[in-house]
Amino acid sequence: MDKPILEVAGMTMDFGGIRALDTLDLEVYSGEITALIGPNGAGKTTFFNCLTGIYTPTRGEIFLNPPGGGHKIDLKGLLPNKVTEYGLARTFQNIRLFPRMTVLENVMIGRHCRTRAFIVGAIFRGPRTRREEKEIIDMSYAILEKVGLKRFVNEYAQNLPYGAQRRLEIARALATEPSLLLLDEPAAGMNPQETRNLDELIRDISKDGLAILLIEHDMKLVMSLSDRIYVVDYGKKIAEGKPEEIRANADVIKAYLGE
Amino acid sequence: MFSLKEIQRCLLLSLWFVFLTFPIMVIKVDPFERIVHWRWENILYVAVGSFFLSLIFRMLLRKTEGGGAKALGAVSLEKTALITRILETPKYRNTLIISVLAVGLVFPHIFSTYQTNIMITALMYVMLGLGLNIVVGLAGLLDLGFVAFYAVGAYSYALLHLHFDIGFWTALPIGGFLAAIFGIILGYPVLRLRGDYLAIVTLGFGEIIRLVLENWGEFSQGPSGISSIARPGFFGIELSLNSAIIYIYYLMIIAIIITIFVVNRLQDSRLGRAWIALREDEIACQAMGIDKRKTKLVAFSLGAFWAGIVGVVFAAKTTFINPASFTFLESAIILSIVVLGGMGSIVGVIVGAFILILLPEYLRALSEYRMLVFGAVMVLMMVFRPQGMIATIRKTYTIPKDDQD
Repeated sequence: MDKPILEVAGMTMDFGGIRALDTLDLEVYSGEITALIGPNGAGKTTFFNCLTGIYTPTRGEIFLNPPGGGHKIDLKGLLPNKVTEYGLARTFQNIRLFPRMTVLENVMIGRHCRTRAFIVGAIFRGPRTRREEKEIIDMSYAILEKVGLKRFVNEYAQNLPYGAQRRLEIARALATEPSLLLLDEPAAGMNPQETRNLDELIRDISKDGLAILLIEHDMKLVMSLSDRIYVVDYGKKIAEGKPEEIRANADVIKAYLGE
Repeated sequence: MFSLKEIQRCLLLSLWFVFLTFPIMVIKVDPFERIVHWRWENILYVAVGSFFLSLIFRMLLRKTEGGGAKALGAVSLEKTALITRILETPKYRNTLIISVLAVGLVFPHIFSTYQTNIMITALMYVMLGLGLNIVVGLAGLLDLGFVAFYAVGAYSYALLHLHFDIGFWTALPIGGFLAAIFGIILGYPVLRLRGDYLAIVTLGFGEIIRLVLENWGEFSQGPSGISSIARPGFFGIELSLNSAIIYIYYLMIIAIIITIFVVNRLQDSRLGRAWIALREDEIACQAMGIDKRKTKLVAFSLGAFWAGIVGVVFAAKTTFINPASFTFLESAIILSIVVLGGMGSIVGVIVGAFILILLPEYLRALSEYRMLVFGAVMVLMMVFRPQGMIATIRKTYTIPKDDQD
């Protein structure tokens, strides 16, 4: 197997006296779906926030190996927008869309870091800006088509049904052309049918070759999707392996069900 | 129609009002005669008045909340509003634009110089409103010190004219750019702030600029101000006072058209979308790859640029400026224009500016109650129409199917 696209080594995050993450190691490979599971409050979302630059971890390393080759990129301490530019995109556990923008515009925002037009371009709208704008619209539309939100294009994001809002988050993240997609509980609050559709969508995205790191509580979804699972509890990694290994792991069962 | 409980609450409220207004409505002290007049009949007026007002208020509130189920989708509900429908239909919109433009063009020839002068003031506030609209309406950064940039523009022309005899047309871009630089100077330290905290800092900034102008006599001539500033030049021809005012009027019309054009282009551009995303959710916006700092600074400096331009025009129009023209009240009025008109909406800001500037002018008789009415209108707006008179509608895109290949 080739180099992992994301390498995290010894990540520790302290909030005052509380250690939310304790020397966590993790690797994600291209084309694979990796899941991060653990009881509530185990530090999964904190881990995402550290990866995407919302927090700076107290200790530890985060390296990104760009899939196209080239140098390792140190992501630690970068601003969130830089991290996104380097190819990490995320969704949020508690949906954070731009409610008073249309669905298409939400996705168009994702194209921001891949496009250039600025003040002068915006005012004079020259041929280059117009071409860029058309590209943004076409690509955003294609992504919406892919996640199945085509019919909502000009709807305000706040008026979308819940399941569609979750999908829109994924669409928006995809628009940044990530090489690694971080999904924070994408199935939370979905009904079984929506979850099944989501399962298909994630598989579909994964087929395009990008790596996916997934936080999820729906064990059926995790077991069916993941190539590799990491289990954390109280900020520590307690197990890692293939779904069937995790299912049989005594520590994991203890963490979830108690003694 | 009203439950007993509601009527009870209204009665309580009117009782409370009687109590509150007792000292000013009932007691009247005559210091010369040394007697106190007790105007008991006023209690009745206050009680009855406040009782019925609160009943009406409740009724309206219930009507608004009746649509409350749909209130979450308030923005899309707006599509049914008459003015929005007019603006959405190209035929009506063009007719409206042409007729407004026609009235605008013939205005100074029909009405007196006095009226034209008032109209210039209104147009200046339209432009200030449009500038602040970038900062507050689009980027969602509550700026209470906007008048500072207006002052920077005005003073840069006044001082340049005083010391170096620089003319209006050279000072116009200089004033704009200086204000934009001040926008960045303000923007940089407040990058991390949002909401209330940002409002407090910008409020302080506005006051700092005014206090500096007031107290640094050697620099700005202090409270006595700078006088005999030149009016805009017209290819070196001396204009009479009347024609100079008409000239400034047309300059403002042109400036407004340019401003509307630019703001309109900006708000549907990559940059404008980034501003709105920043307003909607700062963290998500950064996570989507938008550079928060750059986006905020551009919003501050572009907004300030317009204020600076209007500042130069203001100095040229009045030919005299002093720090008293740049108080917090001005910032508050400009902000009210944006909020009342509808945050982020160009038409809203224009309508808001005309209402807030022209109404007090023509209702001079009531000018003492101006602030009172202002406050009441603001409260009512926040309760019944928080999105402003004319809410923004985001651009919709049509994607032709065969365009996809």
